[in-house]
Amino acid sequence: MGAGAAPRPVARRRGMDVGDLVFEWLCRGAGVIVLLLLGGIIVTLFIGALPAFREFGLGFLTSTQWNPVEGRENYGGAVAIFGTVMSAVLAICFAVPVAFGIAFFLTELAPDWLRRPVGTAIELLAAVPSIIYGMWGLFVVVPFVQMHIQLALGDYLVAIPLVGFLFESRFFAGTSLFTAAIVLAIMILPFIAATMRDVFLQVPPVFKESAYGLGATRWEVMKGVVLPYTRISVVGGIMLGLGRALGETMAVTFVIGNANRMPQSLFDPSTTIASIVAMEFPESLMGSMKQSALFALGFLLFVISFLVLAASRYLLRSRLKA
Amino acid sequence: MNRRTLLLGTGAALGAGLFDARGAMAQTVTITGAGATFPRPVYERWANAARTAAGIQLNYQSIGSGGGINQITNRTVDFGATDAPRTLEQLREGNLMQFPTVMGSIVLIVNLPGVADRQLKLTPEVITDIFFGRLTRWNDNRIAELNRGLRIPSLPISVAYRADASGTTWGFTNYLARVSQAWKDGPGAGTSIQWPAGQGARGNEGVANAVRNTPGAIGYAENAYAVVNRLVTTQIRNKAGNFVEPVQATFVAAADAADWTVPNMAPDTLDLPGANAWPMTVGTYILLPTNPAADKVEGSRNTMRFFDWAFKNGAQIAGQLEYIPLPDSVTNVIRRNWAAMVKAPNGAPVWTA
Repeated sequence: MGAGAAPRPVARRRGMDVGDLVFEWLCRGAGVIVLLLLGGIIVTLFIGALPAFREFGLGFLTSTQWNPVEGRENYGGAVAIFGTVMSAVLAICFAVPVAFGIAFFLTELAPDWLRRPVGTAIELLAAVPSIIYGMWGLFVVVPFVQMHIQLALGDYLVAIPLVGFLFESRFFAGTSLFTAAIVLAIMILPFIAATMRDVFLQVPPVFKESAYGLGATRWEVMKGVVLPYTRISVVGGIMLGLGRALGETMAVTFVIGNANRMPQSLFDPSTTIASIVAMEFPESLMGSMKQSALFALGFLLFVISFLVLAASRYLLRSRLKA
Repeated sequence: MNRRTLLLGTGAALGAGLFDARGAMAQTVTITGAGATFPRPVYERWANAARTAAGIQLNYQSIGSGGGINQITNRTVDFGATDAPRTLEQLREGNLMQFPTVMGSIVLIVNLPGVADRQLKLTPEVITDIFFGRLTRWNDNRIAELNRGLRIPSLPISVAYRADASGTTWGFTNYLARVSQAWKDGPGAGTSIQWPAGQGARGNEGVANAVRNTPGAIGYAENAYAVVNRLVTTQIRNKAGNFVEPVQATFVAAADAADWTVPNMAPDTLDLPGANAWPMTVGTYILLPTNPAADKVEGSRNTMRFFDWAFKNGAQIAGQLEYIPLPDSVTNVIRRNWAAMVKAPNGAPVWTA
């Protein structure tokens, strides 16, 4: 009997081996598919963009022209690239202080019973679809900026020495780079705040308590212990938000004013790569120079986002691993 | 007639209606089209009516003129629809013919507190300068002189335009290029252009919304859209020197003044010299292959049957939706062109009626 029973576990193990093998290769295939997809997208974008790159060369990056009129077609990406980067950077400027405040509040100040609800609210904010932000931006933020910032404060802002020119605009529609940056800031706030909270929580309590023990105030602990310890991760989190802001499409399209001109002030309408593609792609003829220029912009956006995300991964690597 | 006979009569009519519908359903054929968004409402209403009346089911996807041209060039649909007409060369290149279905008008919409619909008078020169960004305030002398009876508020002028490529923009910028050499040499005309001033919005709704939200704003939109949403429109001085209001009579005057015998069937309808003609009236067009493949001949013929039915019976529907139906003389030219231009692979004309 004993001899008869012995082979059975072996057979079972062999069966498991096959299952393991299948499972392993399925997972490997899934991983490879992601790589193939990513590569395929890059290649498609680049092939689509090739005619435009050939026609305009490096000048595509610096030309502020975007003229789709037949017979005098001339495309350049400078306005869209500038608008994309500028709106994202401004959004970061608005969002980071608030996100820092939220993270600091949640990790250091908030009583335990409040941490969960506020933390959940932040995460819910991240789940709101971007089109909702667009609608809300168009019907709430745009009139607010127009009436309560541009018309009410415009003259005072212009009078500020040195930076006053940033606020001097002939456009009173309320859709502007500034409005887009505000909406974007609200959209990326939860991402930055959540990352900051997580890295703040990873500071060993021993460090903080030692500092408190030496008589440091909360701000001194934050400034002298938590921030130096988490500095790189915080920057990584900010880059993560920046990456999201760069590619945001619908919400920005609603509120930025979609003007292919270099903005002269914060209150001028502008455009971003994502919104120009969303606006013009459906009506561009297959194989036309315009379509190729839009592909080229898409490719550039891909490259910019990739660089920002790569930077954020690089900066976040050590902390997230720990 | 007493109540019973009335009821009987109604019942009989209903029964007959049902029977007719069923009879038509049995032989319903389907055609597919894709393209312009501007004529979508009228095509849909025509399709609803033609399903029972002519036994043709139309599946129309309003994906935009560019998409319509792409799809008919690839022959994936029975017909394409475009707002900006194709030139004769472009048509020959794609083996396509083109014919108009209805016309629409472009109007200027403004947001000036205290100024009512169709009150503000504007000349082509003033309009051009506004869209160039040269006229920056509403209380400018040039505007005040044209409107002595009106109290125009002292507001900055905010220009709004379509940021997505559109037939409306095509019509409006062609008008500007017609009335101003500087505009023709500068920004030019097309379905989307490089605007010298103002802010862009998506679709007629976007422009209307931007204008409604901003005191002192001016933009352009399809008349159908302006009427339905009760937007404040303006008078414009036409080529004959008269200020005309955007109403059906001036639109029809523009349609009558056009020369419909041009080979690509897309006559010049902008800024015509008629005394009463609205200066910004444009057609919307159907693109049909002149050499349908053997399996597409039937779809091509049914497309012509559909529009033949619409030309004969659809004028009222078009009028209700604020479109301008084509004059009979024009639809007769279209039928002649169908017979002459669209040939099956064996060389026989597809349209024989």
